[in-house]
Amino acid sequence: MIPFANLLERLLFSPGRNAKLALLRRYFETVPDPDRGLALAAIAGTLDFPAAKPALIRELAARRTDPELFALSYDYVGDLAETVALMWPTEGDDTAPSLSDVVSGLRDTPKSGLPALVESWLDACTPAVRFALLKLITGGLRVGATARLAKLALARMSEGRVDDAEIEEIWHALAPPYEPLFAWLEGKGPRPDPPGRPVFRPPMLANPIEEPDLAALDPADYVAEWKWDGIRVQLLGGAEPRLFSRAGEDMSASFPDIVANLAHPAVLDGELLVMREGEVAPFADVQQRLNRKAPTRAMLERFPAHVRLYDMLFEEAEDLRALPFTARRRRLEAWFARAAPARADLSPTIGFTGLDQLRGLRAGAREAGIEGLMLKRADSPYVAGRPRGLWWKWKRDPLAIDAVVMYAQRGHGRRSSFYSDFTFGVWDGEALVPVGKTYSGISDRELAFLDNWVRHHTVARFGPVREVEKSLVLEIEFDGAQRSTRHRSGVALRFPRIARLRHEKPAAEADTLANVTRLIPGEGP
Amino acid sequence: MAHPSTWLTTRPAGLYCEPGGFYLDPHSPVAKAVVTHGHSDHARPGHGAVLATAETLAVMHARNAAPASERAIRYGETLSVNGVAITLQPAGHVLGSAQIVLEHAGSRAVVSGDYKRATDPTCARFIPVPCDVFITEATFALPVFRHPPAAAEIARLLASVALFPERTHVVGCYALGKAQRLIALLRQAGWDRPIFLHGALQTLCDLYVELGIELGELRPVAAGSGLAGEIVLAPPSAIADRWARRLGDPVVCAASGLMLVRQRAKQGGVELPLVISDHADWPELLSTADDVAAPEIWVTHGREDALIHALGQRGIRGRALRLVGRDEEE
Repeated sequence: MIPFANLLERLLFSPGRNAKLALLRRYFETVPDPDRGLALAAIAGTLDFPAAKPALIRELAARRTDPELFALSYDYVGDLAETVALMWPTEGDDTAPSLSDVVSGLRDTPKSGLPALVESWLDACTPAVRFALLKLITGGLRVGATARLAKLALARMSEGRVDDAEIEEIWHALAPPYEPLFAWLEGKGPRPDPPGRPVFRPPMLANPIEEPDLAALDPADYVAEWKWDGIRVQLLGGAEPRLFSRAGEDMSASFPDIVANLAHPAVLDGELLVMREGEVAPFADVQQRLNRKAPTRAMLERFPAHVRLYDMLFEEAEDLRALPFTARRRRLEAWFARAAPARADLSPTIGFTGLDQLRGLRAGAREAGIEGLMLKRADSPYVAGRPRGLWWKWKRDPLAIDAVVMYAQRGHGRRSSFYSDFTFGVWDGEALVPVGKTYSGISDRELAFLDNWVRHHTVARFGPVREVEKSLVLEIEFDGAQRSTRHRSGVALRFPRIARLRHEKPAAEADTLANVTRLIPGEGP
Repeated sequence: MAHPSTWLTTRPAGLYCEPGGFYLDPHSPVAKAVVTHGHSDHARPGHGAVLATAETLAVMHARNAAPASERAIRYGETLSVNGVAITLQPAGHVLGSAQIVLEHAGSRAVVSGDYKRATDPTCARFIPVPCDVFITEATFALPVFRHPPAAAEIARLLASVALFPERTHVVGCYALGKAQRLIALLRQAGWDRPIFLHGALQTLCDLYVELGIELGELRPVAAGSGLAGEIVLAPPSAIADRWARRLGDPVVCAASGLMLVRQRAKQGGVELPLVISDHADWPELLSTADDVAAPEIWVTHGREDALIHALGQRGIRGRALRLVGRDEEE
């Protein structure tokens, strides 16, 4: 556990990406199997201990610390594992168990035995090792190393024999502790290929386009499509059909209505929507279907799913990803004409002659209930990840309101211990009603100001939440408004972010609930 | 006996002694003040008359915060003002830092200012004074704050210097107290090379030397100088700034009790956090409460909720003063 704890510590405090890559590489090269593969799994988020969850940590904290002091400490530190690691009442020495002992202990110990086991480990470890151990249980290490970075370090470790795209390719068929993967990277074993298993292929993602990018691109090189307001999915047709989320999560069970229609062998890229009588329903309807492991018949009827296809990665066993976009598109159209799957259609391409015409189409997107435009280079191969310059997303302009800060909470991760998460509201007659909560959009300087402002303008405290004086106005940008039961206003904003602080604006002049309600599709003037 | 709550009150400018007619560490200019130590959130400029230790007054002069008139007293010396006996006792926070012991009408209150219990080669050690009301800070009043011995943190710094001899270690630290304590700790650990200073730290280091604290050879950081393998001290605001980058591949370090919280250290762009604090940590706050045996403890600033809760469990009545104008950190 000690080398792993040191790795986490060094990763967290190493400022540069190259330094982190070097640390990871050195760790993978020097730590033996299976510990190195387990560390890789911890970083990539592929470890799961069904019986050891954050609730276990809370239970131990409740047993060994004062509940009030624990709550206050957690609120300040902003991270469960770190809070418990620091306030655990023993000093600890370095008789820590190995990483593989910890992983097998967490995986194989019956639930009833786990609290005593973890408690004995915590008593024996120093705070740094306790932190690493508890992070394994909470998942999400927050040390500034992603699965992607770990894969790049693995590619470097192979000294040119393997590139990172190849690792991405086989990744979803591998499992911890990844011994065949390391053997392959070190030239001691074959490529660990998954024979005949349905495999998720990492999708190609678009970059948001800004004015300088727009000015630089030649419209003749690009194909335009609408940007649909659903969720990105990958479909695997064939004998074992599958529906994957963009991150590779298997969602087949949640969407039997889609999977039932995927008999033809192909790997397709598209948008999952809810459609009724040929009309795309609002995103809120798609949300109704997400995370329902076994949707009821009533759900399937009320929220009928649909996929709108825009790319094809494989046709049968033929890999099309190296072909130009337009060639893949022709193959997709021909395949679609033959296969004609139900509950699917093609995302149309939009003919255009110049950027001005696209600007006009984008300006009308909100009215048409569309999220914006996609611009794809006609000659772009299908590249995993987010390559620059090939695909662009050009979202509709955000909406904006002026809202008043009502409550503040401390943040997590980089914003830990700063009051950085704000609930804001608008006027409903004489009263302010909350319409959203956000921590995004603020610069470090604004964060320091807001944190200090909250501390000096608190009027009441409810556990970790501070109610503040209703005097500070924020300009909030958001993608859309929808009906919701989350806030007592009955309205929620989608993707809200703080555009700026409006010190000069009196709170009484902030927006009203009526102004916000008008922005809900179908409820405007 | 008149309980201190009848003669010590909070006013907009801060804590006020009614019969004595003076403030304690007021945060805006007043006619008469007693000041615990020279940090700018305790020793504000613009006061009429100030009573403090000679060292604290010297610091106020060095920082252009000198009052119109001043009176220095030594630790243990007592001065009577309108029937209030004022005695200063060491607080162990920075050079000249004092607890203010107030006795009036048969009761005693102690204003600790900021304090720590760990040893510090640059200032006199905290002396607990039994009292009816103890008025404490609570900067690190959460059980997560258990500060390791400072010598162990200095050893980590020197280990890093040995590991990266081609890089410059730039340590962010406050100009008053922390900088000089770090230098003295480095000297105790055997680091006898010159230590390099950002210009903002020079005046107070000079003052410490003048007041008899040995700091060894100190040099200013010259423009464009290569300082590979050396240790440079700079104010916290300079370490993540262009100033530090000109030193060439610096290892950015920071010395503060807050460095215990990883994400806090991370927020400041720190690569080597050093947990060295001039404030009492959680065990010190609680042991001090035991040592002064006060039935009632008032908390000036910091994380008062946790401290008041823990005091309550020990049968001590806690009260939050929520004084404004105190820095959140050190």
